[in-house]
Amino acid sequence: MAASKPDLAARARAAEFLLRRHRLRAAEALPWLAAVLAYFVFPGHLVFGSQLLIMVLFALSLDLILGYAGIVSLGHAAFFGTGAYTAGMLAARCGWTEPLSGLLAAGAAAALVGWVSGWFLLRYRGLALLMLTLATAIMLQELGNVRADITGGFDGLTGITIAPLLGRFHYDLYGHTNYLYALAVLFLLFLLVRRIVYSPFGQALTGIRENVRRMHALGSPVHRRLVVAYTIGAAIAGIAGGLFAQSNEFVTLGVLGFDRSAAVLVMLILGGAGRLYGAFVGAAVYMLLEDYLAKLSPEFWEFGIGLLLVLTVLFARRGLLGLLEDAGRHFGRGAPR
Amino acid sequence: MRFLKPLASLALALVLAAAAVPARAETIKLGVVLTFSGVNAEYGEQITRAMDLYLKLHGSELGADKIEMIKRDSGPPTGAGAKTDVTELITQDHVNMLIGFIFSPDAIASAPVVTEAKVPMIVVNAGTAWITNLSPYIARTSFTMWQSGYPMGGYAAKKLGCKTAAVGYTDYPPGKDELEAFKAGFEGAGGKVVDAIPMGNPAQVPDFTPFLQRVKDEKPDCFYVFVPAGVHAAALVKTYGELNLKGAGIKMIGPADIVQDTKLQQMGDAAVGLITIGHYAADYDNPANKAFVKAWHEAYGANTPPDFMAVAGWDGMAAAVHAITATHGKLEPDAVMAALKGWHFDSPRGPITIDPTTRDIVQDEHIQEVVKLPDGKLGEKVLETMPAVKDPCKELKVGKCGS
Amino acid sequence: MQHLANVGISILFDGLAYAMILFVISVGLSVTMGLMGFVNLAHGAFAMAGGYVTVSLTTRYGVPFPLALAAAFVLVGAGSIAFERLLYRRLYAAGELDQVLLTIGLAFMAIAGYTFVYGPEPQSVKVPGYLGGRLDLGFGTFPAYRVFMIAIGAVLICGLWYGFERTGLGARIRAAVDNRAMARSIGIDVDRLFTLTFALGSGLAALGGGLAVNLIGLTPTFATQYLVLFLIVVAVGGLGSIKGTVLAALVLGVFDNAGKYLYPDGGGFFIYAITVLLLLLKPAGLYGRE
Repeated sequence: MAASKPDLAARARAAEFLLRRHRLRAAEALPWLAAVLAYFVFPGHLVFGSQLLIMVLFALSLDLILGYAGIVSLGHAAFFGTGAYTAGMLAARCGWTEPLSGLLAAGAAAALVGWVSGWFLLRYRGLALLMLTLATAIMLQELGNVRADITGGFDGLTGITIAPLLGRFHYDLYGHTNYLYALAVLFLLFLLVRRIVYSPFGQALTGIRENVRRMHALGSPVHRRLVVAYTIGAAIAGIAGGLFAQSNEFVTLGVLGFDRSAAVLVMLILGGAGRLYGAFVGAAVYMLLEDYLAKLSPEFWEFGIGLLLVLTVLFARRGLLGLLEDAGRHFGRGAPR
Repeated sequence: MRFLKPLASLALALVLAAAAVPARAETIKLGVVLTFSGVNAEYGEQITRAMDLYLKLHGSELGADKIEMIKRDSGPPTGAGAKTDVTELITQDHVNMLIGFIFSPDAIASAPVVTEAKVPMIVVNAGTAWITNLSPYIARTSFTMWQSGYPMGGYAAKKLGCKTAAVGYTDYPPGKDELEAFKAGFEGAGGKVVDAIPMGNPAQVPDFTPFLQRVKDEKPDCFYVFVPAGVHAAALVKTYGELNLKGAGIKMIGPADIVQDTKLQQMGDAAVGLITIGHYAADYDNPANKAFVKAWHEAYGANTPPDFMAVAGWDGMAAAVHAITATHGKLEPDAVMAALKGWHFDSPRGPITIDPTTRDIVQDEHIQEVVKLPDGKLGEKVLETMPAVKDPCKELKVGKCGS
Repeated sequence: MQHLANVGISILFDGLAYAMILFVISVGLSVTMGLMGFVNLAHGAFAMAGGYVTVSLTTRYGVPFPLALAAAFVLVGAGSIAFERLLYRRLYAAGELDQVLLTIGLAFMAIAGYTFVYGPEPQSVKVPGYLGGRLDLGFGTFPAYRVFMIAIGAVLICGLWYGFERTGLGARIRAAVDNRAMARSIGIDVDRLFTLTFALGSGLAALGGGLAVNLIGLTPTFATQYLVLFLIVVAVGGLGSIKGTVLAALVLGVFDNAGKYLYPDGGGFFIYAITVLLLLLKPAGLYGRE
């Protein structure tokens, strides 16, 4: 069945469009350069830095399911926590201290939880989905509290020791190894997410987000695609959790809490959901400001964060990156195209 | 703030004296890690107030040395925030000592860091018994859950004549510790715990009615109850009054957390007759406490009494000052720990000692009853004092306390 | 047998009282979310404002408790109009995510602001003597305060039902919930309706906040502390449905209470388990539109 001429031309145009979007832009190097530079410029803040990178990874995983697939979840901490506990328990209870395989196990366990819960829950949308994801996370937390003999409960799982990375790099008080470890993992997973969102699968997800009826009408296997995206997002969140447990050598049930789910959602929206770098900008701005303000005023720092959120919404729809985009368009208007 | 003026002139005199005599003048950096935001922000406030007050009144003991407090909000109790704070305080601000820690997970997560960096850490609240086992650089000036639960169990069985008891607790580690401790003490003395009721989580105050109604229908002799001090405790006692458990012949007893001084007056008549075990109440009749309470009221107003949180902050700062003077401002970590071990102090709660082997606090525990004072206010009447109680969990080597 | 009956009555009664608080605070949220499609996560902050107004008026100015509750309703309701006009209005057309960001931001600012003014310590309210004791209702004696709460809840339910089902204003609101564009095209001033409904919702939240202080206390974190609970009631009831919110509050209140009484070890599970079950069966809520 030969395609007609206009059809071929259209396909070529579509392929070129995808390719153009997929092409690496110079600006994309900026966050990575900044992250590497930070290693040398702020050697004393690498412990905070690795927490930040882990949060970026966590926000990135939410971006895949919220920003691209349009699944609004208030229970994303469930996967972060599953990963953290998997990595933590493997090290503390089973003596499996090798970090990389621990991370893989964390990702796999979270993926499993994501797949099972996603298969059930992703038939729902809107407020119902929001509450169902939230309830899932809280019920996991309750379960962990009931079996505090295994999980260590809210006092936390102690005795996590992690073997040197690649058998060679030891962890120090200043967090050198942990920072680079987190940065490397983030970079690899970022490339993966980038590939996914620019692939036809990623385009299909965006289609579902924008108009689910049309995707159904086109015969797109909507539910299956959503579950796949949800599972991948869960796996990445699990890896972020695994990194968290390994770098802190400690986990408590607090990581499964509603505040963490809400915080990551807020960070992502702040940066701009549905843009690859929204996770970076949102998590970085939020955490840096929080760190700065909390040192300035341990009692009232929340006011500043709240103000940032309100101002962002009033002046920059679609997050800080949206503002950047608008500004770029504004100044670029005169330029020849 | 009447005492500020003489204090200022005193400070001036000290500065002049220091200028006249060429003396070493060190600035000692104290990293303060407390909760200043969230549901329990109040705890951070009480403890900071007490530490500031101690320095105001006793800062002169430091001679020319000065203490600089660097405060950090430990945020939600996941351990990660506190651990990051502690690491940065050590590596960036080069603090000589750490003080604070409201929640046990924050102290537990920070333990490996202070062990590695050899920075002494004074715990002023977190009450999970085995925390001091985690590092040779941790000492505690607050309490352990076992210090209240275990002796109260024995007292309830022997002196209060309770044969059966129900236990209600907030479902998180301190609550579970209290349950275990009370059960060990009570059943060890011949009583029987007939029901153990988890009553919600610490993050939200539940409606206590169904739990208390259950107890009322079970009719035990005693109802031992632990909830976090503050907004939980106030709601609990209110519900206790509404359901009239007292009238049903059930004695509600518990650690003094449920009748925290700052909440006591608001609780009203419902609180009268509650028998609790505690190491501090603002009413204690000893010279150190009289001075402490007076200074507190002068600084923070007549209607805000100090409480057991405050006294732990006061004693923690006293321990820090002692460590500084004992090591002549040098603060080598091992010398600090040596100075803290066996340190004896005349605290507002009575005499306290840091146990040289466990680095945990040894203090008197008082069985006390809430009574109506002649002026219509509520107060605590001490029924019995158990002198120098060591942490029973470590004495009996229960679970993690044994390692 | 007598004993069992007593247990049953007390579970029902206590559950009912608890349900009323849930209802009073949640119904405003349900209406704003249903009518305006606005995800208002700052709803808890309005409830908290009501709590603080009640506390301030009763303890500082000696205003009688019921009067202070009414004042909380009026003051916070009126005050919320400024928020609606200045902030919320700009985001009616925006996406849900932007609305989440705005209202979470407002909640954070409220927490810090109230900490600054009132300090972090819990506040309590002094209720008059006749609400502090116990009342004999013939079939048992009950805490007077809970009887009071149930009475207020019942009055509100009747009032709201009458207002929404039997008045012209209610008809216009229902029309706007059903189809905003159509309502506008037949000459209903939807903007004014929004402002009014928003004020009513915030006022009710404030009333609930004032009532709740005596039950669960009040700290500046109230703004977000119980948000999940309110959202659950709204979701289970169905957006914008008063009938649904009443039913959801009753089901959740009574079952949660019964669960905690009969099997406290299951503690936190009950309310979430019921929620999940109900939402799996009826995703749009008990009385929501599919």
